[in-house]
Amino acid sequence: MKNAIRMILVLVVVGLISGGALVSVYNYASPLIEKNKEKELKDALNKVLPEVVDYKEIEANRLYEGRGKRNRLVGYAFIAEGNGYQGKIKIIAGIDPGLKELKGIEVLESSETPGLGAEITKEPFKSQFRGLSVVPDVTFTKGAVSEKNEIQAITGATISTRSVVKILNKEIARIREVLGR
Amino acid sequence: MSIFKDFAKGLWKENPVFVMILGMCPTLAVTTNAINGFSMASATMFVLVSSSLVVSVLKRLIPNQVRIAVYTVIIATFVTVADYFLKAKFPPISKALGPYVPLIVVNCIILGRAEAFASKNSVIRSLADAVGMGLGFMLALVILGSVRELFASGAVFGRTIIPHWHSWVVMILPAGAFISLGILVGIFNLIRLKAKNEKRKVKN
Repeated sequence: MKNAIRMILVLVVVGLISGGALVSVYNYASPLIEKNKEKELKDALNKVLPEVVDYKEIEANRLYEGRGKRNRLVGYAFIAEGNGYQGKIKIIAGIDPGLKELKGIEVLESSETPGLGAEITKEPFKSQFRGLSVVPDVTFTKGAVSEKNEIQAITGATISTRSVVKILNKEIARIREVLGR
Repeated sequence: MSIFKDFAKGLWKENPVFVMILGMCPTLAVTTNAINGFSMASATMFVLVSSSLVVSVLKRLIPNQVRIAVYTVIIATFVTVADYFLKAKFPPISKALGPYVPLIVVNCIILGRAEAFASKNSVIRSLADAVGMGLGFMLALVILGSVRELFASGAVFGRTIIPHWHSWVVMILPAGAFISLGILVGIFNLIRLKAKNEKRKVKN
């Protein structure tokens, strides 16, 4: 009996101390993590719509309107997510005002396999989307690219590639409805 | 002298990766390049040293029946701290390692050292043991990461070593991890056996 009480006591105390320690670490880290994320979002918006000077939020954390010099509409930026190979993939992409051509994409969050699916976050893959036609829907190939709306899949990461393409197509279709095109 | 022995055994005689074949999940998964291997090993070493320290300090207070549960809570706490710290201060590294930082919780080197060493030995010896094991793990991950990065892209730590290298994609794929690890373990054992035989010869 005495031993049982001691076991419970030790577990409770260790758990409480651990919980308390984590609370203080969380309080220290979470504003920094938030700041990192915000900065990342801003940098990403600038990368996917290069000519943009100012943004207007159409839907919070989902759709932004990009204005260039003299308040000219230069395009839209949208954030979309879906399932990848291992977890969620979150993408931000820029598209022209006519919703016909992508201006660039950035991956905000992903937990794809390092060295394989994680290549979706790197330049050779992302640059394929610059100027990519989205009419008709984006497709991918494992061979050489022959169409205006086609990208090349990453070797060993077809599922991650397919996820990115699927996320983009789905969100573009939704945006067309939202913006009434 | 024994403290130095506790420290040095992790590097060579009882190297966690090459000799004990422990902690294979991160070893195989994140060593696609040298930097990832190094960052992963640093995070693991932090958790290993901190949890060994706490376990060896608390060893008399922890009832035997619930010791594994207590060790797990201690390890999980330090892993969460490491995860938050990387996310707050080194977001690119945190992004590159992805889910493998939280997975340090289940790295058997850490629970293994807590159970086999820190729970039975003094604080100083436990620290020496943890630092040695951590460095041994780092040595293994950096070697494996460098070999794979070299053959995959002709570079080590992002620096080009062989210009115009024809990339071997297999080296970043899981198969490349198994092939390189197998060959490295073989080389390690060969050197160890030779050293052993020579010692025997000297004795005779």
